[in-house]
Amino acid sequence: MNPASNPDAATPAVRLLYWAVRRELWESRSIYLAPLAVAALILVGFLISTISLPAKIRAASALSFMGQHNPIAQPYLIAAGVMMLTTLAVGVFYSLDALYGERRDRSILFWKSLPISDFITVLSKAITPVVILPLVTFAITAMMQWIMLLVSSAVLVVNGLSAAPLWTNSSLFEKWLILLYHFLTVHGLWYAPIYGWLLLVSAWARRAPFLWAVLPVLAVAVAEKIAFNTSHFGALVATRMIGGGGGSEEFTTAYLSMDPLMHFSPGAFLTSPGLWIGLAFAAAFLAAAVRLRRYRDPI
Amino acid sequence: MACIEAHGLRKAFGTTTALDGIDLCVEEGRILGLIGPNGAGKSTALNAILGLTSYRGELRVLGRNPSSERNDLMRDVCFITDVAVLPRWARVWQLLDYVAAVHPRFDRSKADAFLANTTIRSTSSVRELSKGMVTQLHLALIMAIDARLLVLDEPTLGLDILYRKQFYDSLLRDYFDRKRTIVVATHQVEEVQNVLTDIVFIDCGRIILDCSMEELESRYVEVLVNPEKIVAGRALRPIHERPMFGRSILLFDGVDRQQLAELGDVHTPSIADLFVAVMGNPTGQARGRSR
Repeated sequence: MNPASNPDAATPAVRLLYWAVRRELWESRSIYLAPLAVAALILVGFLISTISLPAKIRAASALSFMGQHNPIAQPYLIAAGVMMLTTLAVGVFYSLDALYGERRDRSILFWKSLPISDFITVLSKAITPVVILPLVTFAITAMMQWIMLLVSSAVLVVNGLSAAPLWTNSSLFEKWLILLYHFLTVHGLWYAPIYGWLLLVSAWARRAPFLWAVLPVLAVAVAEKIAFNTSHFGALVATRMIGGGGGSEEFTTAYLSMDPLMHFSPGAFLTSPGLWIGLAFAAAFLAAAVRLRRYRDPI
Repeated sequence: MACIEAHGLRKAFGTTTALDGIDLCVEEGRILGLIGPNGAGKSTALNAILGLTSYRGELRVLGRNPSSERNDLMRDVCFITDVAVLPRWARVWQLLDYVAAVHPRFDRSKADAFLANTTIRSTSSVRELSKGMVTQLHLALIMAIDARLLVLDEPTLGLDILYRKQFYDSLLRDYFDRKRTIVVATHQVEEVQNVLTDIVFIDCGRIILDCSMEELESRYVEVLVNPEKIVAGRALRPIHERPMFGRSILLFDGVDRQQLAELGDVHTPSIADLFVAVMGNPTGQARGRSR
C-alpha cells in the first residue's frame, strides 16, 4: 500500500473508471483483434488487386478529373465500409456478453467483492462500445488506408507511372477527419441506444441473451403489423440500425452514403431530435442495467 | 460496536423460505463458524450480510446498512463465496494490478509474498491454473486486503488436504489479529474446530445453536458409558446417544461434569458430533437457545 494514500478514502471515480475500462480491454480482446484481422484481410485482398492497378490508372487518366475520382477512391471507401460493419458486429457481440458473461462464469462475485460500484462497472461497459471501440477501429482503418495508399503508390512507381493521381484523388487526410466524425457520431452516439438495450438484456437474461435481444423487437414489430397493419416500430429500428435519423432526406443520405465527404453536417446531426431521444433511451437502459446488476440475487 | 447485528432477518425465494427470522450478533475480533446442512440458509445469510441479496428485517454490518451502503461497505469487507470464481480469461498480474488500483486497503507486497510460496506465476492465466491454485490465488488477493470483516463461504472447497490445513494456519498466523472479524461457513467442520471462537448452527433458515467455544466446552459433555451404567446415564436425559464398541456415547447439555464423571470417561464433544446430535434431535433443537 502506498503509505501516502489514506486507506479510508475511496478511490477516485475517474481512476476506478479507467481501470474498469482497462479490465474490459483485457477481457474482450476482440475489440482490437477483430478489426485488426479484418483490416489484414482487406490489405491482402487489396494487395492482390494492385496487379491490375497500372492498367486501371492508365484507363482513368483518359477521363476527366471528376471521372478519375471514383475508380481510385472506391477501394478506400469500400474498405472503410467493411470496417464500419466490423465495428458494429464487434460492438453488438461485446455488449451482449458484457454483463452476461460475468454472471455465467460466476466471476461477478469476485468483481462485486471489490469496492467498485455497479454504476462505474456498467458505465465502463457502455463506454467501451460507444467510445473506445469507434476510436480503436478508426485508428486501425486509418492505418489500413495509409498502407493501401503507400502500396499502390509503390506499385505505380515500379511500373513507371506517376503516383500523383492517387494522392490527389484519394484525398485521404480529409477522409480521415470525416471518418473519425462518422465513427464518433454514428457508431458512438447514434448507436448508443442499441448498445444500451443490448447491455440491459445482457444484465437481465439468464440464458441466450442474443435471442432475448432480438425476439422482443421482432415480436413488437409483428404485433404492430397484425394489430394496426402498420410498421412504424420496424421502420424506427431499421432507421436506427442503418444509421439514418433526423427525419430529413438530406440527413438520412448523409449517413447512408458510402462517401461521407459529400454530406458533412454536424449541425443537423447534433440538433436532430432522433439523436437526443436515442440518448435518453440509452441512459434509461443503462440505469436499468445498473439496478439489475446491483439488486439481483447473484447467479 | 458489534461487527454484525441482525434482527428478524428474513428472505424467501418464491414460496421457499431461506431465512426465517435470524437474530445474530457478532462482536468484533471473533471468528464465527456458520455451520449447517445444504440449503440451510448459510449462503443466503452471508449474501445478505454482503449486500448481495435483498432481505427483510434489520441488519447492520460495521454500522452500515449493507443494502443501501454496499459500495462503502466493500472497502472494509472482503469475501470469497463458494469455490474459486476468478475470471478465467485473466492473467495473474492483471488481477494483482487491478485490485491494487481499485482497493485502497490492498497491500501488493503481501499478495506477492503469499504467491511466492506457491507455484503460481504472474504470467499464468487463471484458465491454466488447477482448481486448487485458483483458490490459492483468490486467497492471496483477499488476504492482502486489510479488511475489518472477512467472509468466507466454503473457502477451501476444491483444495487438497495439505492446502486446507495451510490455509487455516495462515489465516490464524498472518491474518487474524483479534481486531478483525472472520465469518466462515463450511461443511468441513473438523478443520475449523480449533480455529473458531464462536459457532452458529443453522437449519431451515433458523438458528439452532449460537454459542462461544468456551460456552460450548462448559455446557456440552460427552461421556463414554459402559452398558451397566446406561440406565443411570439415560436418567440424566442426554440429548444424543450413539453406540461405540459395545459401549454408548451419551451427549449431555448443561449437566454437571462431576456427576457425569461417575458414569465413565468425560470429554468435550467435537463440533461434528455436537452438530449431528443437535440437528438430528428435535429435543436438542428445543434446548438450543439464542444468546
